[in-house]
Amino acid sequence: MMLSSSPYKKSSHSVSQLMQLVIFATIPGAIALFYFFGWGVWFNLIVCCSVAYASEWLIVKLRNRDPKKVLSDYSALLTAVLLALALPPLAPWWVATIGTLFAIVFAKHLYGGLGYNPFNPAMTGYVLLLISFPMAMTTWLPPQSIAAQAPDFISSLQLFFSGSDSQGNTLNYYTLNADGFTMATPLDEIKTSFSMGYVFDEIKNKPIFGDWQNVGWQWVNLAFLAGGLFLIVKKAISWHIPVSFLAAIYITSFLAHGYDPQLNPAPMIHLLSGATMLGAFFIATDPVSATTTNKGRIIFGAAIGFIVVMIRNYGGYPDAIAFAVLIMNMAAPLIDHYTQPKVYGSQELK
Amino acid sequence: MSTNANYSTIAIDGLWKNNPALVQLLGLCPLLAVSNTLINGLGLGIATTMVLVGSNISVSFVRHWIPKEIRIPVFVMMIASFVTNTQLLMNAFTYELYLVLGIFIPLIVTNCTIIGRAEAFASKNPIIPSFVDGITQGIGFSVVLVLLGAVRELLGQGTLFYGAHQLLGDWAKVLTIQVYEVEQSFLFAILPPGAFIALGLFIALKNMIDKKLAERQSTANLINYQQSTPK
Repeated sequence: MMLSSSPYKKSSHSVSQLMQLVIFATIPGAIALFYFFGWGVWFNLIVCCSVAYASEWLIVKLRNRDPKKVLSDYSALLTAVLLALALPPLAPWWVATIGTLFAIVFAKHLYGGLGYNPFNPAMTGYVLLLISFPMAMTTWLPPQSIAAQAPDFISSLQLFFSGSDSQGNTLNYYTLNADGFTMATPLDEIKTSFSMGYVFDEIKNKPIFGDWQNVGWQWVNLAFLAGGLFLIVKKAISWHIPVSFLAAIYITSFLAHGYDPQLNPAPMIHLLSGATMLGAFFIATDPVSATTTNKGRIIFGAAIGFIVVMIRNYGGYPDAIAFAVLIMNMAAPLIDHYTQPKVYGSQELK
Repeated sequence: MSTNANYSTIAIDGLWKNNPALVQLLGLCPLLAVSNTLINGLGLGIATTMVLVGSNISVSFVRHWIPKEIRIPVFVMMIASFVTNTQLLMNAFTYELYLVLGIFIPLIVTNCTIIGRAEAFASKNPIIPSFVDGITQGIGFSVVLVLLGAVRELLGQGTLFYGAHQLLGDWAKVLTIQVYEVEQSFLFAILPPGAFIALGLFIALKNMIDKKLAERQSTANLINYQQSTPK
């Protein structure tokens, strides 16, 4: 017999509806990534989704469960979509494959499947890849508007599956800009330029930062922001984590920038580059691995935002959403424990 | 314990039922840190086994004369002297491997398997059973170390027996097998997290085999019982 406590209020979304809604909300971001970075994002999505389905089917079979029932909740698909959107477009196909396999088999099902995983599966897969294949995971194509040459569909396909296209160009060839310099993401650019002794005023005149914030990345982030707002309006996620996360990023980077404007990037660059918006609305809000109380969610989001800025400004990696989310996933049970709402009618013990 | 302990029981304990790496989970620090290639694992496995056999025999030999109160420091001193010997031997004969394993050779002193066997077995048993215990526990540890090293090496850089000449001399360079070509080595398998996950999978595999064996045993018992009881 199942016993549950009052209030007996029907939840508005079933798991599969919720997952579908979140997947739909990533569409604007995916389209923005496609517009600025080319075909790679679709290849990653296709590979990640098919590997996710195949590996989930296999592991569920091994666990003697009913694969149809487990697969119909779309959670594996969502993990795959989030991982695919976080991967560099045109990273080799085996990167997406290994990451998804690890996310589904290790981070999700070895811990007991959906609802039992302490760590966000998509980010666990991402961190595995980042640690294992630093080269492949940091080679981003430049936004197409400032690239010297952008690979077309056929070249992209060849680059994705074999590492070089029919003209014999490798991915590195396409990362050059019109001046023959290797292009990186804005956050990469900031990290390497600071280490070479540039100050922020010089860095922000580089072509990747464009006229307003960044080139391409600001629209990608705004597209994810739009998708995220849609999710909040639809009540698929609560506002607490994204708001406290973004506020913490803004405040922390504002203080750092105010303390030394030449050595710390401006807050708007933090908010509109890298995976900030994807992380705020789609990754940190994972209902399984995040905190569940409202007060806890605010602490959780704020801590992630703080860690992200700390690692971006002072750490070894250019972006830090995945690390910050995983670190706070570890703390989530503790935060939940200390932020339990008081039961109605209970009294403080004297 | 009885003096005529059953040697095969001791051996099965060390190799399978009470395997130091898979069941007791002792000596994890070197196990996880050094098992990044098969040869590194084998080298450390041999060194650990040598120390384990030496310490088990000598602890068993002096067990009647060591006061209970200070037995642990005495055991550690004896283990340390064997580790020093091993280190000097490796320095002399397998110098490259000695450089690769580095700090993990002196750290054999702190390997819990060795002090654990000295305390739990050798200090209570005669010399011959202690020798059998030392060698089987050592081999049990080494086998896991080698398997773990093989899996991680294969996943990480696609080779097997890489660096065999460090242990066996220059002729052994031909032993290195390139199983498949890797574009970028899979660093995760070579770094310690890969060792944790691989060891976890090994333990799961052992538990699965044990479960299968127990099921088969219980059905066999049931059949025997049914046959022996008259209807």
